Amino acid sequence: MESIKEEVVNIIAEQLAVNKDQINEETDIANDLGADSLDIAELMIAFEEKFDININEDRAEKISTVGQVIEYVKSRRSADA
Amino acid sequence: MKSRVVVTGLGHVTPLGLSVDRVWEDVCLGKSGIRALASELHLGFRSKIAGYCVDFSPENCIEPKDVKKIDRFSQFALSAAKDAVTQSGIDFSQENPYRCAAIIGSGVGGLSEIEINFEKLLGKGASRVSPFTIPKMMSNAAGGHISIRYGLHGPSFAVSSACASSNDAVSYAMQLIRHGVMDVVITGGSEAALTRLGLAGFCAMHALSEQNNEPEKASRPFDRNRVGFVLSEGSGIVVLESLEHAKTRKAKILAEMLGCGASSDATHITQPNEDGSIASSAMQNALNDAKLNGEQIEYINAHGTGTILGDIAETNALKRVFGDFAYKIPISSTKSQLGHLLGASGGVELIFCIKAIETGVIPPTINLDDSDPKCDLDYTPNRARETKLNYVLSNSFGFGGHNSTLIIGRYQD
Repeated sequence: MESIKEEVVNIIAEQLAVNKDQINEETDIANDLGADSLDIAELMIAFEEKFDININEDRAEKISTVGQVIEYVKSRRSADA
Repeated sequence: MKSRVVVTGLGHVTPLGLSVDRVWEDVCLGKSGIRALASELHLGFRSKIAGYCVDFSPENCIEPKDVKKIDRFSQFALSAAKDAVTQSGIDFSQENPYRCAAIIGSGVGGLSEIEINFEKLLGKGASRVSPFTIPKMMSNAAGGHISIRYGLHGPSFAVSSACASSNDAVSYAMQLIRHGVMDVVITGGSEAALTRLGLAGFCAMHALSEQNNEPEKASRPFDRNRVGFVLSEGSGIVVLESLEHAKTRKAKILAEMLGCGASSDATHITQPNEDGSIASSAMQNALNDAKLNGEQIEYINAHGTGTILGDIAETNALKRVFGDFAYKIPISSTKSQLGHLLGASGGVELIFCIKAIETGVIPPTINLDDSDPKCDLDYTPNRARETKLNYVLSNSFGFGGHNSTLIIGRYQD
């Protein structure tokens, strides 16, 4: 089974058509990968579906790096478990 | 002094392929692009045939990261526009971008996007609806994307008059150039309504052919055994510019846009006015605009969708405009090969008119085996003809009662 990190990276790579090698935990989704606000909204939906969580909109606005996504997903998964 | 309007580039996406020259060859050979519906679309529709653009892959004209953000109808338009711009040789970085426009017709816009996201809304809730729903489905997206691709700062928008959308878009583009408002306009139409809801909606109207056993024979305009049109998809885009502009940049001129005319039946939202009296005024307006008389027209690309009423109405309209001369003009409906591309049909057929002038070939109406006695003109049945052409006319009519006619001429200095 893939780790949460791998799954997050896969979703971002597929959605934004970027190479996985370009993505690490410090990568800023908007500034480094060129995602606009619609791309980010679409990514949040993909994370919600993949991990079966709900991402609160206020919280989503504070997420900018891949590492923050991973942390948030982990926290939600343990909270919901 | 009004500017003359010329055509310098052509681009196609059709069920018979993407290359203008190859599609033209196949249309003249009488090949059909109609096939059995893909199995995922087998949802109990009575019509199980369609003109699907099997050869199209968006990756050839759109960056991988953008493919998912652009609906199929805009993808078609970008692909056709790319070919048209390439052929025209125009380099938009050398143009005044405020004098270049993109006016793209679409009857429907991004229907599949609406369906997919409405399903998500009902199944999973509002939070799962894609943020790209609106920018993909809006019918002006094709024009918007073309303006972005080429950096055009002149107007870009959709003209929407159902199946007359392309001709109305081209007519508007002609006026922008004639009156010196724009130098260059990318125009035509695009449509991708070959979706579950599109099929179901047209089926419910009993508008579609249900001759499913032999898909290639299902589109049969003017034939006694026609029962409806075949739903199809694609795009036809041209580059129009003022003659002066084309000459200044030493462009190869493919044809001249001589006239446009339109009218509205104002009778019924879908049924054509059977006596053709209003559609005839669109043609007459176009003739007046082109300063031609009817006897100068040497070929007519008919709207000819293959519906029972529509083909009779168009025949009656032609007789009203051309009188006895209507019997002497070669007419054809290339929807017999391609089916009905709805709002894109006029753009695709405009390109056929230009190719007809260029190659001296009148394409046939295929599947015309037994003429309807009420459709008694010369529809060029089943075999192409060779002849020199100087002036041709193209009709497009749409639900809503829209009638729109273009007249195209051989370019003469």
